[in-house]
Amino acid sequence: MNRLNFSQLWRYDDVLLHGVLVTLLLTLIATVAGLAIGALCASAAQSRFASLRLAVRAYVEIIRNTPTLIQIFLIFFVLPFAGLRLPPVYAAATALSIYFGAHATEILRSGLASIPRSQLEAGQCLGMTRWEVFRHVILPPALRNVFPSLTSQIVLLFLGTSLASQVSAEELFHAAGFVESRTYRSFEVYAVVCAIYLALVLLMRGAFFAVERLAFRWPTGR
Amino acid sequence: MRGFTPQDVLTILAALRWTLVLVALSLALGAPFALLLALARTARAGASRWIATGFLQIVQGVPVLGLIMFFYFGLPVLTGVQVSALASVTVAFALYTAAFLGEIWRGAIQAIPAAQWEAGACLGLTGWEQFRHVIGPQAFRLALPATVGFLVQLVKNTSLASIVGFVELARAGQIASAATFQPLAAYACVAAVYFAICFPLTLWSRSLEDRLNGAR
Repeated sequence: MNRLNFSQLWRYDDVLLHGVLVTLLLTLIATVAGLAIGALCASAAQSRFASLRLAVRAYVEIIRNTPTLIQIFLIFFVLPFAGLRLPPVYAAATALSIYFGAHATEILRSGLASIPRSQLEAGQCLGMTRWEVFRHVILPPALRNVFPSLTSQIVLLFLGTSLASQVSAEELFHAAGFVESRTYRSFEVYAVVCAIYLALVLLMRGAFFAVERLAFRWPTGR
Repeated sequence: MRGFTPQDVLTILAALRWTLVLVALSLALGAPFALLLALARTARAGASRWIATGFLQIVQGVPVLGLIMFFYFGLPVLTGVQVSALASVTVAFALYTAAFLGEIWRGAIQAIPAAQWEAGACLGLTGWEQFRHVIGPQAFRLALPATVGFLVQLVKNTSLASIVGFVELARAGQIASAATFQPLAAYACVAAVYFAICFPLTLWSRSLEDRLNGAR
């Protein structure tokens, strides 16, 4: 029993593959939805209305200072009381989007704040409209400034999708639990699943690094 | 079935001590290891740098949940030694702390100009004395805001100990939720306790950052 035996795991390759796909899907949904939330909230954070700014601050601080696991539980167990019974994967995707949205808000807000006001004024002096200034003067350097922290946050989000298994969303850790319950090979199962996460994280980091090198290689002037 | 009473709030608050015990143990075991990692990663010797980097990549590339499952369910199957939930989550969180703090501290050490090491060497200080008296104090100042910021991550992540049945804050919330059928009250209460710990730490980290940046 105590000898390593990975062969049994091969019979469950489809279960594990399904887990990987759901994990990737959760990451993708939460990234896209979170970025949309972040873009909205980051612009709301610059609003003239103090109440709107306060609401964004409260959202960001509450989400960033409470555990993601509790956020997932809250969404999954409480929404049914409001008459909304979401399947686990949808509930997890919702919770993770709200979670990533708060981090994205903070990152995008600081990215916009990192562009000196004089740049904005310079754009206006050239007769650009507000949108043109944003599109051509503010956005490109802001994107470059936020890219490293945004991508490392996406990697953390990817690792964080593992929490979705706790509301029985069928991602990789849920698949691991299933295979473990069939084979009793806990060591091999968790070693393999951790290795899969590691491989995917290294791939993601490599891809982000390549994108950074290709997309943001214009001179900084610093 | 019964309502969510003040008694439930007290039970949840009582579980807070186990969250704090976990945080304290992770720091006590992880921080020395983190220092070792930071020094190994900034060292000139090739082998120690590679080993430290490999360890870091693995721990930072695997979910904390994976570390916990591996040490609680995985290792006992191979070794035949069943360990308690506290022991296995402590090991997992100590490794997690070591990796993240080690990386934060490495950054701080490397932010100190190399000339400072050389100046120490010129005074006849040994490598350790250079670190202890010249580099360390300056790096500590630089690393403090991020270190406090990491503390917030650590407090939040100890909630994962609930998954192997260790009764800390999050697990106490699950128990209260199951007993009362009031998940909103139970989890909102748990979230409020976490927030009450983490938010002051976040504010402290931010004020440290402002102060230390202003001083430069």
